[in-house]
Amino acid sequence: VSRRRASEKRSTEMGNKRAEKKHDKHHKTTRKEGEKDRKRPRRRNADEEEAEEESSKEKKNIKNERTKTVKLEDEKEKDVKKKRKNSESESHSESNSDAESKDNQAVGVLGSLTPEELEQLKEAVDERKKLITTLKGKPWPMKKKLVILRESQEFVEKYEGALGKGKGRKLYAYKVLMMKKWMKFQRDLENFKTACIPWEMKIKEIESHFGSSVASYFIFLRWMYGINMILFGLTFGLVMVPEALMGKPYGSMPRKTVPRVEEASAMNFAVLWDFGGYAKYSVLFYGYYNNQRAIGWLKFRMPLSYFLVGVGTVAYSYMVVIRTMARNANEEGGGDDTSFNFSWKTFTSWDYLIGNPETADNKFASITTSFKEAIVEEQESRKDDNIHLTRFLRVLANFLVLCCLAGSGYLIYFVVRRSQKFALEGLENYGWWERNEVNMVMSLLGMFCPMLFDVISTLENYHPRIALQWQLGRIFALFLGNLYTFIIALMDAIQLKRAEEEIVKKNMTIWQANLYNGTVPDNSTALPITVHPADVPRGPCWETMVGQEFVRLIISDTMTTYITLLIGDFLRAVLVRFLNNCWCWDLEYGFPSYSEFDVSGNVLGLIFNQGMIWMGAFYAPCLPALNLLRLHVSMYLQCWAVMCCNVPQERVFKASGSSNFYMAMLLVILFLSTLPAIYTIVSIPPSFDCGPFSGKNRMFDVIQETLETDFPAWFSKVFSYASNPGLVLSFLLLLVLAIYYLQSTSKTYKRVNMELKKKLQTQNEENKRKNKLAALKAANELEQAKKAGEQCSNSASDLGESTQNVSQLP
Amino acid sequence: MGNKQTIFTSQQLDAYQDCTYFTRKEILRLFHRYRDLAPQLVPLDYKNQPEVRLPYELIGSMPELKDNPFRQRIAEVFSEDGEGNMTLDDFLDMFSVLSEMAPRDLKAYYAFKIYDFNNDDFICKSDLEKTLNKLTRNELTEDEVRMVCEKVIDEADLDNDGRLSLEDFQHMIMRAPDFLSTFHIRI
Repeated sequence: VSRRRASEKRSTEMGNKRAEKKHDKHHKTTRKEGEKDRKRPRRRNADEEEAEEESSKEKKNIKNERTKTVKLEDEKEKDVKKKRKNSESESHSESNSDAESKDNQAVGVLGSLTPEELEQLKEAVDERKKLITTLKGKPWPMKKKLVILRESQEFVEKYEGALGKGKGRKLYAYKVLMMKKWMKFQRDLENFKTACIPWEMKIKEIESHFGSSVASYFIFLRWMYGINMILFGLTFGLVMVPEALMGKPYGSMPRKTVPRVEEASAMNFAVLWDFGGYAKYSVLFYGYYNNQRAIGWLKFRMPLSYFLVGVGTVAYSYMVVIRTMARNANEEGGGDDTSFNFSWKTFTSWDYLIGNPETADNKFASITTSFKEAIVEEQESRKDDNIHLTRFLRVLANFLVLCCLAGSGYLIYFVVRRSQKFALEGLENYGWWERNEVNMVMSLLGMFCPMLFDVISTLENYHPRIALQWQLGRIFALFLGNLYTFIIALMDAIQLKRAEEEIVKKNMTIWQANLYNGTVPDNSTALPITVHPADVPRGPCWETMVGQEFVRLIISDTMTTYITLLIGDFLRAVLVRFLNNCWCWDLEYGFPSYSEFDVSGNVLGLIFNQGMIWMGAFYAPCLPALNLLRLHVSMYLQCWAVMCCNVPQERVFKASGSSNFYMAMLLVILFLSTLPAIYTIVSIPPSFDCGPFSGKNRMFDVIQETLETDFPAWFSKVFSYASNPGLVLSFLLLLVLAIYYLQSTSKTYKRVNMELKKKLQTQNEENKRKNKLAALKAANELEQAKKAGEQCSNSASDLGESTQNVSQLP
Repeated sequence: MGNKQTIFTSQQLDAYQDCTYFTRKEILRLFHRYRDLAPQLVPLDYKNQPEVRLPYELIGSMPELKDNPFRQRIAEVFSEDGEGNMTLDDFLDMFSVLSEMAPRDLKAYYAFKIYDFNNDDFICKSDLEKTLNKLTRNELTEDEVRMVCEKVIDEADLDNDGRLSLEDFQHMIMRAPDFLSTFHIRI
């Protein structure tokens, strides 16, 4: 889709530029219309004659002309390069002898043109150029397109050079050359960008086997991969690498060293898998970063960079999602328009991407069923059998779902508090389950609750599309509820850590006093006692803890997804395939049969995964890298699983006609997941001894600091004026007014649109009626004419017979 | 950029890039797909524009087209002789229109020609019946087919001549949400 947009945009941009230029010229030249009218027909005739001459010659013997013009074009390319230095007439004289006479003719004729006619010629040349750029979109056969392309190119070449006569000649020729170079550059860039798109063949295979709806999940995955690539580039290049290369190395500071107590177990695989030990005290997490204002010989502003990258990732994500939504919105028609129901079913239901006989069979069956359903709906009115029972059942179903949601929320909260209790008592006493309880519970809930919702929804008896929308809404609520419960529990943990921090601070002063105990109490002359960084008592670093929790969550989520995939799809397929021979009923047709690919469930999973990344990326810069790896593996694993274990869907129901449905969900998740991060940045003071903001009162103080120290004095003055509440408030008010204005204009446009539509419809009906009447009238007249004609012919035949009889008389 | 190919001149490649929605690499790849259908018929040197035409049977057996119920019509619409025998130019043109990058109005134009079975520039009732039968593999009864055709003409025919002209068709298809994603062949 993006490529089509780019090419359309380019051609319309070109077209618009040309159209604008044309408009300007029209305004200029309208005054002198009268004068030109005499001269113009002559000029135009000459032009047309020459063009006709050219085209007729071309059409007579195409082969010879083609080789000749290929040579011509070769030479013309050389000409273009020379044009900058020499004048145009000289370059033309070097071209092919056949074209030479024409060129000289053209130059000669042009030499005698008035400026207005030069303008006209310029317009013609621009028009030809526009034709060349929009040639792809013309519905002509390829041969015609190639011929017209060649003609237009020759026309442009011939007259463009000569047009530069007069004052702006050199500038014009230069502009033309730059434009050509720019177009070539753009084309090369397009070629390069297309070559970079990965997994094209894989997606094509899936499309041909499963149709476009399953493939849309993989296209979405690929798009997410692109976004994560950019996020990874930002965090890796601007945060992790500078600290690793230019910051103080491991072991030089307390925050960068594994504490003495943990040293023994720091290299254990179990600890590393849990992201403790050496993994915790590395660039992967927030706590490692030093709060030194400028590091290395580049004077790289590390804390500023950390903060800005955090803000930048969110801003970039917003921009990309909103831009994609806007693009998709342009394509939308009326959304759920039902005025062309049957027409659309007839002309747009066959999926041209299908390249597999089994999928084609399924598609034929589903199209037939869809038609039969639509016919039945059209013929009968819907029977409301027992609406009260249906309503009661639906209310019951919603009640059950709410209970489920509340239950899962409470379960998560309970488990998180329990895990905090375990942490306080020391994790070594507990087994694997207790340590990973929270993550496992969240992942298992995410796996089983949707199935439960599916079962409950059978009570409701909705149309499949509406049932799918309800299902998606419930899963969305489930994930959201779980995530926010998790965050609330995490907030409690943060508060605990901060309380602990106060205690540690007090202990630090006591410990330092003890250190100096043996030496002179006078601080000014005391030598600093070197203490190994591993022995210094450490404050609890709540930011690193938050980062760790998110990383653990992502990992367990990934593992659960893969294991579900392997067991749910692969194992099931293996069982069905191999046990089918020795089982009582046909496993492939009845229960359990092969699974279908659940597009909406997978898309939701992907969206929520991304939400967690956005939430945690500020505290664990390694998250985008981890996610990139995860998406890469997912792509290959799921492609394999889909081709190997799944069968094409029998009925395809899209959740909504609009392709913006999932984009809108992504936007909502983006908003909701950046809220907690923003809250913690704005309201909680950073830890005193870890991270790039340690020692500050609030994390965003780094901006203030940079403004004061790195920018000239007047800059910070301007900023302090700009952040005056009065100014900020009035600016906000202006924004709100602008939004209100834009919304009301768009509403007006929509209304006008509807009115025009209605007008068109009534007009059509009027026309129909009139045509019907006219048709009836015409039919009547025809009948009458026929009758009259018959009578005539009867009388004529009588006459003929009588004359025949007469002639036969002896 | 490695310009090591010897199949086309660079002018030819540029011209193809101007006339289709494909990049240089894709055009070369398409050429090889075309050639793979009949390596003995298609020469490796196209600089002199040889007149090579592949018969419809080969085109219709391509994996992208062989399951499509409209493949014969597609080949007929895009071929020069109207019989489905395609030159390389026709081949490139066909996949360019059916590619992701082609705009809606271009696709609508060609879709109209494809569904117009008798080539009279109108989609009349018999064309609709043929379309429907191909879509459902003759599973619908005659009554149902007749009903659907009447509904379609009712919905889309604006000038009320009992058949769909190009303007009617375009007006109807422009707002269809699925048109762009289904009228698409990836190659």
